[in-house]
Amino acid sequence: MSAAASGAKIVPLAPQVAAAEAHARLRGVTRVFELPKSTLHALGPIDLDLAKGEFFSVVGPSGCGKSTLLDILAGLSEPQAGTAEFEGKPIRGVPDGVGVVFQEDASFPWLNVRDNVAFGLRRAGMDPAEITRRVDYAVGFMGLKDFAGSYPAQLSGGMRQRVCIARTLVLQPRLILLDEPFGALDQQTRLLMGDELLRLWRETSATVLLITHALDEAAMLSDRVGVMSTRPGTFIDFVETGWERDRDSRVVSTPHFGDITARLWEKLRIEALKIMSAGKA
Amino acid sequence: MSEKWLRVAVVTAMILLVEALCRIDVIPRMVMIAPSDMVVELGKLLASGQFSADIQITFTNIAISTVLSVLLGFAAGVIIYSLPSLRDAIEPLLASYYAVPTFVFYPIFITLFGVGSASIIAIAVLLAVVSMITATLNGLDRIPRVLRKTGQIYRMSRVKTALLIELPAAMPYLFTGVKLAVAYSFIGVIASEFILSGAGVGYAIAYAYNLFENGHMYALMLLVLIVVTVVNTLLNIVDRRLQARRQR
Amino acid sequence: MPRSAGTLLVLLALIVLWQGLHLLVGASSLASPVQTVTKLAALLATGEFWLNVSETMRAFVAAFAISLAGGITLGIVLGVRKLAGNVAEPILTTLYSIPKVVLYPLVLLCFGLGISAKIAFGVMHGLIPITLFSMNAIRQMKPVYRRTSQVMRLSPSQNAFTVIMPAILPEIISGVRLGFSLTLLGVLIGEMFASQRGLGFMLTSAINIGQIDTIMAIALLLTVFAVTCNTLMMRFDRRLTHR
Repeated sequence: MSAAASGAKIVPLAPQVAAAEAHARLRGVTRVFELPKSTLHALGPIDLDLAKGEFFSVVGPSGCGKSTLLDILAGLSEPQAGTAEFEGKPIRGVPDGVGVVFQEDASFPWLNVRDNVAFGLRRAGMDPAEITRRVDYAVGFMGLKDFAGSYPAQLSGGMRQRVCIARTLVLQPRLILLDEPFGALDQQTRLLMGDELLRLWRETSATVLLITHALDEAAMLSDRVGVMSTRPGTFIDFVETGWERDRDSRVVSTPHFGDITARLWEKLRIEALKIMSAGKA
Repeated sequence: MSEKWLRVAVVTAMILLVEALCRIDVIPRMVMIAPSDMVVELGKLLASGQFSADIQITFTNIAISTVLSVLLGFAAGVIIYSLPSLRDAIEPLLASYYAVPTFVFYPIFITLFGVGSASIIAIAVLLAVVSMITATLNGLDRIPRVLRKTGQIYRMSRVKTALLIELPAAMPYLFTGVKLAVAYSFIGVIASEFILSGAGVGYAIAYAYNLFENGHMYALMLLVLIVVTVVNTLLNIVDRRLQARRQR
Repeated sequence: MPRSAGTLLVLLALIVLWQGLHLLVGASSLASPVQTVTKLAALLATGEFWLNVSETMRAFVAAFAISLAGGITLGIVLGVRKLAGNVAEPILTTLYSIPKVVLYPLVLLCFGLGISAKIAFGVMHGLIPITLFSMNAIRQMKPVYRRTSQVMRLSPSQNAFTVIMPAILPEIISGVRLGFSLTLLGVLIGEMFASQRGLGFMLTSAINIGQIDTIMAIALLLTVFAVTCNTLMMRFDRRLTHR
């Protein structure tokens, strides 16, 4: 099946957003890890422009440097070569306006749901009334109202991840980075959490970058999907999904969804095979 | 809940059995006085105030030893944690530490500090501090990486991250160290008093033994058992609360 | 290996510290490392010292054997019988944390002044940790092991020797290591109070006549013995579990 017939647009590899409009921008970003006996070329060179308000997903084989890419955008690690910018300014340390949700459960077990969600706002020294207002909203939005006084240990994995998302949401980030946030959840919960994420994205009009290993997740949620190669990870394909902004998990039943997933797998299968034959998977 | 009652029943039955054996002289009064008599003796002893000074000095020493062990152990744990090469060198020694019968060093402390509270506290700290060091290392090791990363995302300073994220995350493990420090302080202080000292509950028990004053001896034994059990129960309640929040 | 080199360096630093402390407080309060080793060598050459060593060892070996056999048996029973285990565990942990020395007069009154009181006191120290560790070893064994052996239709004895034993052994060895140290401590404390023989007795009498070099020589010997045995047990554990 050709890509044209499938309806999923193949996009040229060059960055396609005009530089002036890019909300976040990577140019020639490369990351190398110095190991005791060797050097590991983990990532790059990567060129990427994220348009303002775009929902962009990254899929790639395990160990391709997806998380490293996210760390660089979050200012948690610095590239050896190339430049990373957010809102026109070079990224040095964690930039203001960036929120991150990790794959691991990052809820604080010693705080209840409400205090977890309020944590970042209290750090910022916000007015208590405003904190209450925002926390109430986020807790309600993520469906945590009945659990506001509960501790994370009393909640399921999916609920805890909602807490982490709510905690990020209250800070009203303009760029939300998600590192396989639903990786530890079961398939059905993941689909529903995907709906929550879309709702949140529409509500906040933030730019979203989602790292995932699940093709269906990427295909269902994104405006655009970047496919990464095996290490050192670079983008080998960009696929525009063409979904309407007002979408939800029910798109998985459309033929178009199948086309996108097939298109992604076509590229990714080769990369995954390389890894498996190298004995790494 | 029924397990709890079963436990109470088992303990009660054992006490009643001993009581009965004492009453019908299967256990002679020379060896052991009946549990009910122990309670009576303890009541008289506390009312008379005869041993108040000993009781006070023992529990003061235990408290000092616990506080010192927890603070020193925590500080040492943090330092060792932040110096990985030192840690690599020290860890095999820590693993063998409790194999050493620490009490054989008590005579050395006596020659250094003399017979008195200083030697006793020194030996109790020597016994207790390493469990706090080990617990601190364990707690710091088990702080999930993602929580530290979260601190970075909130752009928190090193000190804020330590106080607001690392300390609470490590707390359940640190508390295990505190519990052990309390237990070892009890053992260190009372055993030192017992073997070689001129004051304290341990000394009073040994003294009563040598004078065949079984009434005093068993009353004081009972006192130690009651205090240890109560302290342990309280610590366990706190511990269970902390452990319940531990999730991963 | 650089790792053990670091450990040696720390040990060396401790010996230097010891020497420094000796110079600071004087030979009458703290013997130097050289004096201690010399004294230990001299003691080891006398027959009387070996009599005391063998007295302590006899009590220790008997107490450790009883703790080992009793602790593992009791631990397995309490591990398998869930209710009994749940009822017993808090009682055992409370008993474990009391300073058993306060009960020593009771032991002496029951067993008299002699080796059996020391053995009993050693057992009081060693039995409970071995019981607790063995019990937890059984309780915390992954249920999937039991199900696997059922699926493979192993006989009860095959199950016990090829699955359960190897699965619980590391935990049991941890308990045995702790039990070993505490039994030794119990026997020594027993000898330090109201005894006429053994290394503990030697320590107490050395204190009374102010022989600091004898005290330190015995402390050194016991430390070396305990650490060596502990290290051997850890090696054994690591070899068994490939960790």
